[in-house]
Amino acid sequence: MKQDRNGGYGGVPRWIYVLAAAGGLFVVLPLAAMVVKVNWAHFIPLITSEASLQALGLSLRTSAASTVLCIVLGIPLALVLARGSFPGQRFLRSLVLLPLVLPPVVGGIALLYTFGRQGLLGRTLEVAGLQIAFSTTAVILAQTFVALPFLVVSLEGALRTAGNRYEAVAATLGAGPTTVLRRVTLPLVLPGLASGAVLSFARSLGEFGATLTFAGSLQGVTRTLPLEIYLQRETDADAAVALSLVLVAVAVAVVALAYRSPRAAQRAPAPSGARTTTAAAAGGAVR
Amino acid sequence: MSTRTHARTVVITAALMLGLAACAPAPTQPASQPAASQSPGAPGQVSGTITVFAAASLKATFTQLASDFEAKNPGTKVTLSFAGSSDLVTQITQGAPADVFASADTKNMTKLADAKLLDGAAKNFATNVLEIAVPPSNPASIASFADLARPGVKVVVCASQVPCGAAADTVEKAAGVTLAPVSEESSVTDVLGKVTSGEADAGLVYVTDVKGAGDKVMGIPFDESGKAVNTYPIATVGSSRNKELAAAFIAMVTGADGQKTLSAAGFGAS
Amino acid sequence: MTFSVQAAVAGRGFDVSLALGEAETVAVMGANGAGKSTLLNVIAGLLYPDSGTAELDGRTLFDLTAGRGRWTAPHRRGTALLAQEPLLFPHLSVLENVAFGPRSAGASKQAARETALRWLGEVEATELQSRRPAELSGGQAQRVAVARALAADPGLLLLDEPMAALDIQAAPLLRRLLKRVLAGRRAIIITHDVLDALMLADRVVILEDGRISEEGPTREVLQRPRSRFAAGLAGLNFVAGHITEHGLQAGGLNLYGHHDAAAPLPTGQPGVAVFPPSAVSVFPSEAHGSPRNSFAVTITDLEPRGDGIRVRAGEAGQLSADITPAASVDLGLAPGMQVYFVIKAGAVAIYPG
Repeated sequence: MKQDRNGGYGGVPRWIYVLAAAGGLFVVLPLAAMVVKVNWAHFIPLITSEASLQALGLSLRTSAASTVLCIVLGIPLALVLARGSFPGQRFLRSLVLLPLVLPPVVGGIALLYTFGRQGLLGRTLEVAGLQIAFSTTAVILAQTFVALPFLVVSLEGALRTAGNRYEAVAATLGAGPTTVLRRVTLPLVLPGLASGAVLSFARSLGEFGATLTFAGSLQGVTRTLPLEIYLQRETDADAAVALSLVLVAVAVAVVALAYRSPRAAQRAPAPSGARTTTAAAAGGAVR
Repeated sequence: MSTRTHARTVVITAALMLGLAACAPAPTQPASQPAASQSPGAPGQVSGTITVFAAASLKATFTQLASDFEAKNPGTKVTLSFAGSSDLVTQITQGAPADVFASADTKNMTKLADAKLLDGAAKNFATNVLEIAVPPSNPASIASFADLARPGVKVVVCASQVPCGAAADTVEKAAGVTLAPVSEESSVTDVLGKVTSGEADAGLVYVTDVKGAGDKVMGIPFDESGKAVNTYPIATVGSSRNKELAAAFIAMVTGADGQKTLSAAGFGAS
Repeated sequence: MTFSVQAAVAGRGFDVSLALGEAETVAVMGANGAGKSTLLNVIAGLLYPDSGTAELDGRTLFDLTAGRGRWTAPHRRGTALLAQEPLLFPHLSVLENVAFGPRSAGASKQAARETALRWLGEVEATELQSRRPAELSGGQAQRVAVARALAADPGLLLLDEPMAALDIQAAPLLRRLLKRVLAGRRAIIITHDVLDALMLADRVVILEDGRISEEGPTREVLQRPRSRFAAGLAGLNFVAGHITEHGLQAGGLNLYGHHDAAAPLPTGQPGVAVFPPSAVSVFPSEAHGSPRNSFAVTITDLEPRGDGIRVRAGEAGQLSADITPAASVDLGLAPGMQVYFVIKAGAVAIYPG
């Protein structure tokens, strides 16, 4: 059995590598097949058409907005789930994570009956002069709905791994709860928060089902890149493939960003002694 | 070099597996044959199994027609698969096991004909026209096509890329009315959904969709709809293994019985 | 101007009452799980006791006596906690760490910085001010943690085994530093090390099973321990029983010894007998001669101790004898063997328990 490059014992049976390679291929092969299908001669005109650029711009803008919304709503949720202790906490966690396993179209229907014109809140909002149906706001709501669990899961994990010992020390030094949150807790879990935010952004970028069901599809207003791809597929397969590649490229960049930064932070001078365990543990959740 | 050979093996294996999956319905064919052989020699007697790929808008009528067909021809089995016409074309092009293809427009049928994937010529069997669908309460008080262009009216149409959207464009031009839709959906089902949920004040859908939705929507016919008549063609797929049965099914759809069912669902005669 | 606490935590069998003078440092000692950390956490406000009260310099820390429910949040208590691990905030520099307390108390950036620099100077860590905690050694980090705790100007400093995680070179340095900064300051220090108690504390409190089993000036407790734990700290054999005319009776064991008191002690009262392991001899058979203590024991353990061998015997190895390696070889000692422990009566001190 081959030894690790540093001479350490790897402990992975060889046949695992075969299965791992199959798993890797299973993901990479379809992407490669799509790249092969790209009509490179017309690639640039296809992705720079007005409809494409508007869809890409809309996708980036709405995803950024929903990421901000995820951060604003997700940090308190993660804190309450990780640090709080109240009846129904487990139940609340299951509910918050529900959009992860729910088909997006179900999310879209649920949002429709909440924020739609005939919905639970929609009627009140309409009276207040706020119209969500068929607006960019609807897109952002749909994206936030499906992306929020990613931020909450990521951050809650980071908070749990970090533990509350630093916070306890900060409190005994005279820092009030808000100061502790601002100066200790959030900086400590920043890597977890960052990766959670990036994952939320990526999930927002890929959101399709809930948007289609809830927000509709209008160029420049609600037709995000995935919806544009779906529509282009009807008539122009080349355009759909070209735009898919753009979306893949953006997603790859985003994921690379998410998984590179924590590791870069880890490369900081290695601490020694007992502190190492806590410091490493603090960053542990995001790896 | 050895890696390349290996990779090729993987690809071939994958292809074989896909091929097997595609052939899966085939074994059922001999199994159903004994039923047919009970009355051998009867004129026009058909047997076996066929798969019919039909446009989503045909779901209700073709489900009815298939069961009528099975009842009239004991020993036959008709498997149905519904999706958007262009999706079905893609699937057939990629080798999906279809015996009959019924399209919601001539354009998608032409794609298959051009690709030489049809057996013989397609026959038109129905037409469909657009109608305005509004929620039963008709909140925006729509009475005519021109009403759709009134400011503040939330109207939803199909995107130009899909057949119902192309039809809407034609009607718009004919009526000399420019719509400012709040959404351009990629399927007529999505348009109907926005109307039934009350999100939209009105939507442009097919007559048959309004009929199929029952009392969830109200239909408002308009004269200009005649400018964009959608024709539904049907044909036998070239790779069919039971062309005889496929032809029999098409004959039923285009015959008197089929036309009666289609007409009841709101389709026009071709 | 005092500190007092009385608290009970039913789930942990914890019930402790303790008071500290103006500038008193108390060492809290006890076995693992005796409730030492519970005590600090209750005082710091990190653990909510079932009942009790605590007061620091006239301010109520908590008052949970029947009907009342006053609870001061940890950050308003002025009880800085220094743990076994320095727990310096990894995202802040050394200077920012030390300035954390003053900043939280509302000091301006400049004022907090000055306070921090003063305390860094006090712990001889001024040159480390711009480093990140990850760039410090264990000893350096703990020194900075001391500065950070003191910079918060606590009315009561809580130290939870501050030396425990340090390597053998760094501990003496920090002990000297703590001796300097704790002088004239009110503090509670949890420690396992009798040296810490002797050097840093005016008084020692022994916790056993969530209750105080013994307390008093450090030297007195170590010289005349009244609990098995304290005797263990002092390195003495300890037998509890009832006082007799010539010594102590504990179960079937009769120990002869001298009454360590001004006047002879009344017999029948609870008392303890204490004697050093070096005063115990080991014989293979019963020895005679009077007045002598001689009794059969079964060896449980043999362990090296300095130049010699410590022989542990008795039910839980609670009695020890220190003998030379040569004697051990001569006697062929091994665990499980029955031998006789012989102690001169003059070496056994008897006093009330």
